[in-house]
Amino acid sequence: MNPWDRPGTAWAGAAEAAGGAAREHPAPFRRRGGGHPSSEGPAAGLARGDGPSEPLVRPYTLTRGRTRPRSAGPALDMITIVVAAGDREEHHLEPEYKEILRLCHRPISVAEVSARLDMPLTVVKVLLGDLVAEGDVRTRAAVPVTRLPEKKVLQAVLDGIRRL
Amino acid sequence: MASADSETGRGTPEAIPQAVKIIVAGGFGAGKTTLVASVSEITPLSTEEVMTEASYGVDDLGGVESKSTTTVALDFGRITINDDIVLYLFGTPGQDRFWFMWDELAAGALGAVVLADTRRLDTCFHAVDFFERQGLPFVVAVNRFDGSEPYEAAEVREALDIPAAVPVVMADARDRDSCRDVLVELVTHVIRSRSPAMTG
Ligand SMILES: Nc1nc2c(ncn2[C@@H]2O[C@H](COP(=O)(O)OP(=O)(O)O)[C@@H](O)[C@H]2O)c(=O)[nH]1
Ligand SMILES: [Mg+2]
Repeated sequence: MNPWDRPGTAWAGAAEAAGGAAREHPAPFRRRGGGHPSSEGPAAGLARGDGPSEPLVRPYTLTRGRTRPRSAGPALDMITIVVAAGDREEHHLEPEYKEILRLCHRPISVAEVSARLDMPLTVVKVLLGDLVAEGDVRTRAAVPVTRLPEKKVLQAVLDGIRRL
Repeated sequence: MASADSETGRGTPEAIPQAVKIIVAGGFGAGKTTLVASVSEITPLSTEEVMTEASYGVDDLGGVESKSTTTVALDFGRITINDDIVLYLFGTPGQDRFWFMWDELAAGALGAVVLADTRRLDTCFHAVDFFERQGLPFVVAVNRFDGSEPYEAAEVREALDIPAAVPVVMADARDRDSCRDVLVELVTHVIRSRSPAMTG
């Protein structure tokens, strides 16, 4: 089985669709280059965020208020792929770390961990950073975001997309 | 567990795939999520980013719970390219107050698709501006909605002031083949813009 083939969790986009339908504004013709963030109108942002609202600071209680991993490690991007280290002895971990580790039994991106556990990216990055520092999770050596993707990667992507 | 281990080669660093991403931008309701869903091998997932004023340069938020926080949901899909490469498609948050996410989204991205909604072309102005400023290669995909002006690609190009080197293509975000063609157009454009010898 393809290691990426895991059933997706349902995605709820209804709130946004409803918000979109309500916004019927005629498009006055402007030249672009007017800059952001006001070019779409301040009302545009109000549709989201009225989902089930939990206190926004709650996530940080999981990390005891930390916004960074306990020790400095490789920077985790939202598409950094992480995987549980296979050779670890069983040892005590708090539940949220255990949950993350379980998901990482196969390579998975930081964004997917966040989505599947319904945990903000910020928090997942901190907790994963802890696991990386402990040696429980490994990441692929990070390609600096400033570096352009290699030609052979681009070619492989093109070939892959053509097969869709 | 043993079979899962051998499948993914867990324990050997080489076995961890490399991820690349493509950004799908455009106005609210332009069809971003629809496009992602059309080509993704998983039902699009939604992840949430929490931004806190205090997260800049501060290590401990324990005592600053009253600082203002903004939450933004990003939806994304995935296409496994091969054993070593996985492609993620991220829809941009369509709202201005989430503009702060764009830098992180664009960082390291392969390129972007700007979905132009023919009912309101102006809603993708700032996406076009943003990618131009970033120097991130992009294509414009004109998503034709029923009952909207029957724009031609050339008219959209002119209306959006898109340079000749940037492809403008017609698309239907609900149609997988059409979305595939848009992505092929984008990646071809990315490759072309990386090799000036071939375009010159
Ligand atoms: N006619 C038509 N409708 C579309 C197309 N793409 C998306 N839609 C519809 O437009 C609505 C908004 O699309 P969505 O993907 O949620 O927009 P987003 O806000 O950019 O993510 C949905 O109801 C889609 O079914 C298209 O190419 N043609
Ligand atoms: Mg959407």
